[in-house]
Amino acid sequence: MTSALKAYAVRLLPQAAALAVILVMVSLAFPGFFRLEMQNGRLYGSLVDILNRGAPVALLAIGMTVVIATKGIDLSVGAVMAICGAVAAACITSGHGLATTLLITLATGILCGLWNGILVAVLDIQPIIATLVLMVAGRGIAQLVTEGAILTFNDPGLIFIGSGALLGLPMPVVIWLAFGIAVALLVRRTALGMLIEALGVNRRAATLSGVSTGVLLIAAYMLSGLCAAIAGIIAAADIRGADANNAGLWLELDAILAVVVGGTSLLGGRFSIAASLIGALIIQSINTGILLSGFPPEFNLIIKAAIIVMILIIQSPRAQSAFAFLSRPRAEDGKTEQEAK
Amino acid sequence: MKFRTALASATILAASMVGAASAADLTVGFSQIGSESGWRAAETTLTKQQAEQRGIDLKFADAQQKQENQIKALRSFIAQGVDAILVAPVVATGWDEVLQEARDAEIPVILLDRTVDAPEDLYMTAVTSDLVHEGKVAGQWLADTVAGKPCNVVELQGTTGSSPAIDRKKGFEEALAGKDNLKIIRSQTGDFTRTKGKEVMESFLKAEDGGKNICALYAHNDDMAVGAIQAIKEAGLKPGTDILVVSIDAVPDIFQAMAAGEANATVELTPNMAGPAFDALEAFRKDGKLPPKWIQTESKLYTQADDPAKVYEEKKGLGY
Repeated sequence: MTSALKAYAVRLLPQAAALAVILVMVSLAFPGFFRLEMQNGRLYGSLVDILNRGAPVALLAIGMTVVIATKGIDLSVGAVMAICGAVAAACITSGHGLATTLLITLATGILCGLWNGILVAVLDIQPIIATLVLMVAGRGIAQLVTEGAILTFNDPGLIFIGSGALLGLPMPVVIWLAFGIAVALLVRRTALGMLIEALGVNRRAATLSGVSTGVLLIAAYMLSGLCAAIAGIIAAADIRGADANNAGLWLELDAILAVVVGGTSLLGGRFSIAASLIGALIIQSINTGILLSGFPPEFNLIIKAAIIVMILIIQSPRAQSAFAFLSRPRAEDGKTEQEAK
Repeated sequence: MKFRTALASATILAASMVGAASAADLTVGFSQIGSESGWRAAETTLTKQQAEQRGIDLKFADAQQKQENQIKALRSFIAQGVDAILVAPVVATGWDEVLQEARDAEIPVILLDRTVDAPEDLYMTAVTSDLVHEGKVAGQWLADTVAGKPCNVVELQGTTGSSPAIDRKKGFEEALAGKDNLKIIRSQTGDFTRTKGKEVMESFLKAEDGGKNICALYAHNDDMAVGAIQAIKEAGLKPGTDILVVSIDAVPDIFQAMAAGEANATVELTPNMAGPAFDALEAFRKDGKLPPKWIQTESKLYTQADDPAKVYEEKKGLGY
């Protein structure tokens, strides 16, 4: 057990270190960064903002990690967010209860995932093309639902999901933490995670060894759709309205980036949901840091790109082998590698 | 060039004499960009309303954000022999040929909301709003309201590099020039969206001593202001009192905020571009008077004193 925990810590070390470095950098640019206080019964401060604003990307990253582990990709999540936000707003404004609204919305997200999954698993269309369909069409569907306008609502229950607080933490933070832990436990406490990795490494071999790869693939995309639905509800609840044009816009790219920064290979196979979540926090820390630092907005994207490139370079196989070379036990230490053990 | 202009006036004059009928049996083609925003949907609604009120037969074509569709629509209007064409051009370039065809067919063309890079004699007039002026009106309102008291302003810019963001910033700064009591202390982009407006405002509040250091917010559009108002409330401050809120566009939701005392002022970007266009067209058909090449729409300032609840009721049906 302890060795498993140690392996886990080693796996998360690069991402955690990168996050720590970025947080320290931001606090140098903005001294009050780590200050936390209770206000209106909830924690208030920049760190909470990072957790809160990072919620949509963190949720998307959970589903995206599993999809990418199957050697797939889901480009439609941003558009599915817009659809689900629109559906939630339309349901609540037409007089449905909160529970019905949430159920319909989550079902919509799962249905979108089912569509993607069928295209990929049954029709064998390449994931990037299969999910591109919904990425392009999805925003149109969302606009049909909202009739082109920002659909606003005043239901206190739905608004609570976006800006309420539980145990001092904003609701979105509670939701993504709980959902992330639940999914991580589901895939790691059962054989599910290993089956997904097997499918990602070699689908045919996995099928031949008895894994029902088709069902698993569809399930992965359905999970991604569910994540997008939750993210869509949060995004709409946050601004008390469904903005079909802008909700989740380009977030699919941030989610993929979070997974990549988290060290999961786009070629499928081994994956870590915790690392992807840290990846999402890294991205949000950069965003929040730029906003706090007071740079002119023209620099936003350049700074973000420069930091991401640095993280990716440090994680690249070449850099890793260089680190390994530099940190290997030296002969002049008086011991050979054999003796050191 | 002089000859061409003379020729143009002559042909248009000839056209007016041929078709010197009353406005009642006027047929006008309208090529709209699409329905990418609530404002544009409202523009379409108002154009149709204006045409109906004046008894104009409006032929409407939605280009779905594609110039090729607009050019097709213009050609079909020309083939149908309409009396005039309104076009809201999706891009600025590539219009010379089809505008020339319209002129050859002696059909006056009026540009709505945006202009084109084409010789001026190819169209009759352009009806647009002055973005710099909008920023100036907002800045002037703030300067008048604080009346010499020191005031730190935070600014939510539109999408970096877009012309409304550049011009509305410029106009606001021009209005503040020379007034040392007003200082823009922070300025960031909120991408014209509610979500980003809220997120950026949250960081402004954190960075400026929980918002105690901020006296006013200037947002380049109402949507960002609506997002920012929520951020201000969640930080435990009163938007509209603790922090003054002024923005641009005058979409219905900001009137709701103003009615609740949470926003202070907005500058209207009127969706009624067709009204002045039809006025110019009718005047031209009546006595052949050519309108100026640029008709600037009014940038009207609305404050809490203008019965925002009533304006909201008027505006909400327009399709914003």
